Amino acid sequence: MEGLPILSIMMLVPLTSALACLFSGANAARWIALGATLVTFVFGIVLWANYDIGGAQWQFTEEANLFAGFSYKLGIDGIALMLIMLSVFLMPICILASWDSVTKRVGEYMAAFLFMEVLMIGTFAAQDLFLFYVFFEAGLIPMYLIIGVWGGDNRIYASYKFFLYTLLGSVLMLIAMFWMVAEAGTSDIPTLMEYGFPAGAQTWLWLAFFASFAVKVPMWPLHTWLPDAHVQAPTAGSVILAGVLLKLGGYGFIRFSLPMFPEASAQFAWLVFVLSMVAVVYTSLVALVQADMKKLIAYSSVAHMAIVTVGLFAFNVQGLEGAMIVMLSHGLVSGALFLCVGVIYDRLHTREIARYGGLAINMPYYALFFLLFTMASIGLPGTSGFVGEFLSLAGIYQTSSLVALICTTGIILGAAYMLYLYRRVAFGGQTNADAAAMPDISAREWIMMAPIAAAVLWMGVYPESFLAPMRKDIATLDARLAAAAPASDARLAPGTPRAEAANALGHHGEGNKGTGHEGMEHEGGSTDSAKEGAH
Amino acid sequence: MDFAASFALVLPELVLTGTGLALLLVAAWGGDKAARQIAIAAAAALFVAGILIVPGLHFGTDGPATLAFGGLLKVDSYALFAKALIYLSAIAALMIAPPFFASPSAGTERGMRAEYPVLVLFAAVGMSLMVSANDFMSLYLGLELNSLSAYVLAAILRRDTRSGEAGLKYFVLGALASGILLYGMSLLYGFTGGTAFAAVRAGLTGEMGTGALFGVIFVLSGLAFKISAVPFHMWTPDVYEGAPTPVTAFFATAPKVAAVALTARVVFEVFGGQVTAWQQIVMFMALASIIFGALGAIGQENLKRLLAYSSINNIGFILLGLAVANADGASAMLVYLFIYVAMSIGCFVALLMLRDEEGNLYETFTDIRGLSVTQPAIAWALLIFMFSLAGIPPLLGFYAKFVVFQATIEAGLVAFGAIAIAASVIGAFYYIKFVKVMFFDEPVGVVTGKSEASHWTLLGLTALIISPLGYLLTPSLADLADKAAASLFLAV
Repeated sequence: MEGLPILSIMMLVPLTSALACLFSGANAARWIALGATLVTFVFGIVLWANYDIGGAQWQFTEEANLFAGFSYKLGIDGIALMLIMLSVFLMPICILASWDSVTKRVGEYMAAFLFMEVLMIGTFAAQDLFLFYVFFEAGLIPMYLIIGVWGGDNRIYASYKFFLYTLLGSVLMLIAMFWMVAEAGTSDIPTLMEYGFPAGAQTWLWLAFFASFAVKVPMWPLHTWLPDAHVQAPTAGSVILAGVLLKLGGYGFIRFSLPMFPEASAQFAWLVFVLSMVAVVYTSLVALVQADMKKLIAYSSVAHMAIVTVGLFAFNVQGLEGAMIVMLSHGLVSGALFLCVGVIYDRLHTREIARYGGLAINMPYYALFFLLFTMASIGLPGTSGFVGEFLSLAGIYQTSSLVALICTTGIILGAAYMLYLYRRVAFGGQTNADAAAMPDISAREWIMMAPIAAAVLWMGVYPESFLAPMRKDIATLDARLAAAAPASDARLAPGTPRAEAANALGHHGEGNKGTGHEGMEHEGGSTDSAKEGAH
Repeated sequence: MDFAASFALVLPELVLTGTGLALLLVAAWGGDKAARQIAIAAAAALFVAGILIVPGLHFGTDGPATLAFGGLLKVDSYALFAKALIYLSAIAALMIAPPFFASPSAGTERGMRAEYPVLVLFAAVGMSLMVSANDFMSLYLGLELNSLSAYVLAAILRRDTRSGEAGLKYFVLGALASGILLYGMSLLYGFTGGTAFAAVRAGLTGEMGTGALFGVIFVLSGLAFKISAVPFHMWTPDVYEGAPTPVTAFFATAPKVAAVALTARVVFEVFGGQVTAWQQIVMFMALASIIFGALGAIGQENLKRLLAYSSINNIGFILLGLAVANADGASAMLVYLFIYVAMSIGCFVALLMLRDEEGNLYETFTDIRGLSVTQPAIAWALLIFMFSLAGIPPLLGFYAKFVVFQATIEAGLVAFGAIAIAASVIGAFYYIKFVKVMFFDEPVGVVTGKSEASHWTLLGLTALIISPLGYLLTPSLADLADKAAASLFLAV
């Protein structure tokens, strides 16, 4: 593997195929796109297999001085590896999801998706601040076209809103980047991650980056572009949007805001907490009353991403790990839920929940998959959702029990709106004759759903596979953040060691008195040791 | 001063002048039938002139050896960089003209008039003088030679009332601007006792009197007129809309380059010791141009008018580099100019390709609905130009904004840069409207005609430069711009 520029190859394959798609007919374009995304996925597996867990922080590095002003420098750590894997895993599924449903301008459609893949890999692998920005921002072009050309009825409004919202957020970040590079004298991301910016400047820099990432995540009240974009985008567009593009915001926080501006992050943690708490409760309640399936899932995305942001700003290992797992899990689960919506939308051409009902009778396999993903979205133990949300909330509990309390209501509300959705779509009587006549999922749809289902269960049962590559990077980040971590409200007090074992037979009276006291202190100590254990 | 050395320095201008005069005679006897051959000869002359400046541009040239005719002209790297852009734009303006004048929309029975290439040549000579001026006298000579040619070019479709109106408006307002400029120059002469840049600069040291300050302001206002910066921009949309499209393409590129380069030279070499006096004026013009250029474009239905506002908007970003008032800013400004020229040529060529089978031209939003279905190649090229103008990476327009904003922030003008970049989002609104109309709307199918090879060549070339591949040009572009900016700051 030495010397092979695998990251560049992973970007080159979809890029050349995208150009080929532009000039080929509908059917050829479909096969080219599928082939290219599968090849890229295979390269992704090679990447993961060759990733040296516990080795150097930055692996597969490449550098070339092609441009003036910034350099072409790639490299990944465990966090980037996982997000790249998520992207390349979802991509072939997106292509399959649009196999039959997209009939006009197929070549351009497939090209747009392949460009998207290039840009996503580039964003996660970029090691130069400006190169990151180029990839990060360039995603607007294909996404604008995907929503605008192949979207639903109100696609024009949604595409404008998506474009201008995210652009306004990003340009302020660019200004901050210029300032940082002028100050630190380098645009190299690993160097900047260890650079100590003056605390006063950090405040402004953090806010500028926040403007961009908060729109991408999206955080309440900047989330309003998301339901519009999701609802109007074609199925595969929604999958990519929910699966990967929202992760750019979370990735931004973990790669830039936290390590580069630790003091400012601590200073503004309350802001993130407040916005996330509002998001969890408010968007869950909004999701509860939606009549449109896609809109419901879009609002649930906002709620889930709020769990990510609280986890990130918990300033401890559990929170960070949890946030990463929620991101991966949400990428799979919400992507899968959009696919589930897409499957029945392709048959009945409506997203209105009331038009369906009793699908478990005529589409049993579909109902099974839909149930699995619904449960994963709720966070049922055994699915990926549980692992991430539990870690995230455990992390935030150490920092603020109030935030943990309010965010945990999101799980309950999540169960409410997801189960309510499932009941209305899959259970109950077959009230609509046309919905009752729909055939069960085809082989193509099986191929789309089954891998996601397997990944969701894998991540739920054995998250270690996904946590292991990231562990060292998260520990590094945690060490960097330790000095700036805000005071926790848990007030952990180290216990005094006992003179004798708890179950030792002592003299009457005295021993029993002390046990209650020391038992409580021991609780505090065990949280600490749990923290150590997670390292 | 050795005259032979001076003539050697202005050899490109001599070539252009000689060819221009000779072609004028050919035009007088050959008539409009020879127009095409004259255009080819003119383009060849521009190309030769361009080749002549390559060595100086490549190796960099500055210092006393670049002064010609006793310091009237200064042919340094900076002037050469601007000249290269001017010659390239002029060649493009000649290449795109014949098919336009042959189309029924132009309303000329005999096709292109023989004067057109000759006037472009004389304008190019004037612009060459402008960018290498080192004295207010040579500055004014160059400016007027260019302007007078431009007035005639704007009105060259004599039977078309819009063209006539454009020419008249351009002439009246341009003359007014020249008057303002001349008045400012006379004030400066009165208060400093010289017309040479170095003499005026020497006279402007220390505390500046009110009279001299007025001189500075009048000169800047006159120049702002020429680059159509807000608040002196109002002629631009009318002239751009009314003038024949190849002429508009020419106006949007070469004279802009010349006027911007001239403005930069004046503010750095003449007013360089009084940065505080002009910096806030330029900052105001930059911000106002960005904002008004963007807002004015929003309601436009005519594409040429929209591109006029877009050019005002772009001038704002170029002035941003000027407002920084250091070599980095000047270099960023030159890089921006290069990319702006490529984008503008591309846009106007694409507009000229919007024609039906009879060759009638179309220039409103209604006509390009669904263009991506009927003419995918033109639509994709326009998509590249529009996203590039909006400054979206990975297109080259982003690099232009990148260098300008980097220079701004590095000079410590953070708030200024932040406001300007936020205002650039307003501009994105109408650029993406372009894309929306071409890609999202149902096709109307009026644009069905075939275009000439010269158009395709230019469109392909500019699209290639603006595409992400253009980033491979950035190291050499940055190098050339740095050399040019360094020679500009040698005097400071």
